[in-house]
Amino acid sequence: MSALLEVEGLTKRFGGVTAVDACSFSVPEGSVTALVGPNGSGKTTAFNLITGYARPDAGAIRFAGTPVRRPDPIRLARRGLTRTFQQARIFADLTLVQNVVAALQQPWHAALRRAVKRLERARALELLEEFGLARLAHERAGSLSYGQKKLLEFATVLMAEPRLVLLDEPTAGVNPVLVEQIEQRVRDLNARGLTFLVVEHNMNLVMRLCDPVVVLDHGTKLAEGRPDEVRSDPRVLDAYLGG
Amino acid sequence: MSRATAAGLLRGGAFAAIGIAFPFVVHAAWIVNIGVLALMYAALATAWNLFSGYTGYISLGQAAFFGLGAYTLAIAFEHFGVGSGYKPFWALPLVGAGVALASLPIAWIALRTRHMTFAIVTLTLLFVVQQLAFNLRSLTHGSSGLMLPTPSFGIDNYDRPFYLAMLALLLVALGLCWLVLRSKLGLMLLAIREDEEKARGLGIRVTGAKLVAWWLSIAVTAMVGGVWAYYLTFIYPEPAVDPLVMIGAVLMTFLGGRGTLWGPTIGALVLVPAQQYLLTRWGASQWYLVGYAAVFMIVLLVLPRGILPSLRDGLVRLRERRRTRRRGVMRREAAA
Repeated sequence: MSALLEVEGLTKRFGGVTAVDACSFSVPEGSVTALVGPNGSGKTTAFNLITGYARPDAGAIRFAGTPVRRPDPIRLARRGLTRTFQQARIFADLTLVQNVVAALQQPWHAALRRAVKRLERARALELLEEFGLARLAHERAGSLSYGQKKLLEFATVLMAEPRLVLLDEPTAGVNPVLVEQIEQRVRDLNARGLTFLVVEHNMNLVMRLCDPVVVLDHGTKLAEGRPDEVRSDPRVLDAYLGG
Repeated sequence: MSRATAAGLLRGGAFAAIGIAFPFVVHAAWIVNIGVLALMYAALATAWNLFSGYTGYISLGQAAFFGLGAYTLAIAFEHFGVGSGYKPFWALPLVGAGVALASLPIAWIALRTRHMTFAIVTLTLLFVVQQLAFNLRSLTHGSSGLMLPTPSFGIDNYDRPFYLAMLALLLVALGLCWLVLRSKLGLMLLAIREDEEKARGLGIRVTGAKLVAWWLSIAVTAMVGGVWAYYLTFIYPEPAVDPLVMIGAVLMTFLGGRGTLWGPTIGALVLVPAQQYLLTRWGASQWYLVGYAAVFMIVLLVLPRGILPSLRDGLVRLRERRRTRRRGVMRREAAA
């Protein structure tokens, strides 16, 4: 498998703290790669660097074989690299359908077309149906529960048909039924060829769903490999349990 | 055409018809004069709403571009000659487009800031333009002001052409808002208002969308300034770049409902006549400013979202209550 995303020597310092320290790993095309590690190990910072929300102090990022020189969220999203946030971020005052349709990346000449065209509405409804949100399609997104907001955010990033989706703790604070639903969605989409990079604290889920698993600690890569390899790696056990 | 579109067009058409008929029915000059002011503020507030209401970026620099529009037309009169009578009105689109175009680089820089910082940065534009008006004497004659030729309209209905020009600009502003709100651009602007970082993550070109909205908003604002200058035939820096003009427009937008289509117009049509009344009663003592502040407080306390959204919420609640009551009756009947 070739790598869809390659990260090399990625470094980010906040004052005296080195949040991400010469971190290198890659996400094979068609995989569900996990990025795990104790709290404060730099997972979310790495996400922010990869998606252009923060500027790295050093390091190189390659997406789909081409280097990303100045990561910028807008350009990356338009090239097919998109993300969700740890705290689900949605457009609270818009309806669910508007939320999903807003994620369709428009060329400038379409700016004055109708906000939600019939075909787009149909596709949005289809997507919401897959996530079990269709009956709420015309409600304000702000009225959703926390778990539903996470589902909506997930559905939204899919609208533009990305190649790589970065999920930041997709199941944090979500009830077990929704966790199962999110897992199933990831599996289905992955079977259709979508690649994922997932930050997740639910280790059972990671072991079931992800391969390979990348372990971070203090901003550097501790281990990378198949879930069972990583699980029995003494350094990983040490980082999680001891020292 | 969908039903909502038809209803929207009907509402707009009815408003335009009543607006046009008004100065032909009412001839009292002082009333038409209040009409000119009310429409001017309605157009300014609607233009302000087009950018600030939809993007959430509170711009406090609107008056700077109102003043620039006024001065541009006045200077055009002096140096190029734009005709007399109705002819100067035809120069307005050029004035609007030009001022808005010139403002884009400044907007691009200002838009690198957000929230409070953006408000303050745009506020400083106002003082910059005012200082320019004072000091670029060769163009503006500084504090002694610029004279425009007196329009050659009949003394009986002197205000009417200005009334109609302001109405036309208000209709243009409303039409633009309507088009934007229904379009992809509108969806982008609302997404920016809700969560700009998220919008960027989805690949929405936020800067471009904001600049288009800014351009449209400033173009209308500058045209209104041009009509105002021609109406007064004499402008000097203080009233041309007046913070009160902008505060008025913002206040009216908040009163009517920020981010709605008709809110700013409703706010202006309520506040301007009220303001004129207060001005004639207590004008000399500036007490009307206290009245202004009181309106602001009442809006914040009673109608924090403005007249239109509050009305809409109230209607929805009323309908729900009626529906539950009806259901209750049906249930009781079924039980009996």
